[in-house]
Amino acid sequence: MKEGYTLVYKRPDTLLKTRMHYCPGCFHSILHKLIMEVVEEMGIQNDVIGVSPVGCSVFAYDYMDVDFQEAAHGRACAVATGIKRTLPNHPVFTYQGDGDLAAIGLAETMHACNRGEKFSIFFVNNAIYGMTGGQMAPTTLEGQITTTSPYGRDPKNVGYPMKMAEMVSQLPGVAYCERVCLNNPANVRKAKKSIRKCFEIQAQNLGTTFLEVVSNCPTNWRLSPIKTLDFVENNMLKYYPLGVKKDVTATEEK
Amino acid sequence: MAAKGLVEISVETCKGCGLCVHYCPMKCLAINEADTNSYGLHYAQSVEPDKCIGCANCAVMCPDGAITVYKQSN
Repeated sequence: MKEGYTLVYKRPDTLLKTRMHYCPGCFHSILHKLIMEVVEEMGIQNDVIGVSPVGCSVFAYDYMDVDFQEAAHGRACAVATGIKRTLPNHPVFTYQGDGDLAAIGLAETMHACNRGEKFSIFFVNNAIYGMTGGQMAPTTLEGQITTTSPYGRDPKNVGYPMKMAEMVSQLPGVAYCERVCLNNPANVRKAKKSIRKCFEIQAQNLGTTFLEVVSNCPTNWRLSPIKTLDFVENNMLKYYPLGVKKDVTATEEK
Repeated sequence: MAAKGLVEISVETCKGCGLCVHYCPMKCLAINEADTNSYGLHYAQSVEPDKCIGCANCAVMCPDGAITVYKQSN
């Protein structure tokens, strides 16, 4: 602590000092930091159990100082179901990317949400497969150029981008579903409140909580970190509108 | 006079993405283009520390948690 100064913001202690492997400007690390800030503020570091996916965030367990289980590709929701049913008093969350949750793990995700499994799903949607080299993902935007869609995504051949938050919000087992973004400080602060809300609703055993986080990928979008902010604002958020898609606590209050 | 802030940026943790520079409302941060850290990356630094108001926008946006923000106590 500096003499004559009060602390305003510091890296949460629940985030390990390890240097993260993410590319400069990647929103994955911001989300890691936010989840760990919420864990620190709620004082659940010793109880919370995370499930890490396969993808860019495969090493999430190296950075977050909480109990972690690695799942097979796409199976994080299935693994989290087992953990939550065995240890119902522990907060459980999965941290998944779009290749993991929306492609190979779509069945696990939809069925876990349909059963209303009482854990939180943090879904990072950056519209591309990051770790494997920028291939087209289910969430890739129309016309977006990737290594497997060099002329842009053509919906006639490969279908339309999936709006996971809207899809999941239709399922009766879901208690809370929201889409947030991390493209500016205001949205980051809002996202943190939503993460906290997910853990709070989970503690009340109301159902699955699903948070879609619109993210970026500077390396595979071939843009600088600052230019990805414009792409997120002008392209991603037009197709993936932010907001609460479902909140059972809000309807109860009415 | 507005309350003064103070930012501390960890040179080795910074990856030089520039998000903090982009979102600093007082434009007191900049990427050091002349020097690199041990990973070979240019890092952000406070070039006009007197202008800092301690809003912590830089630290909130910093993906790597390299920034610590203090505010002058009254």
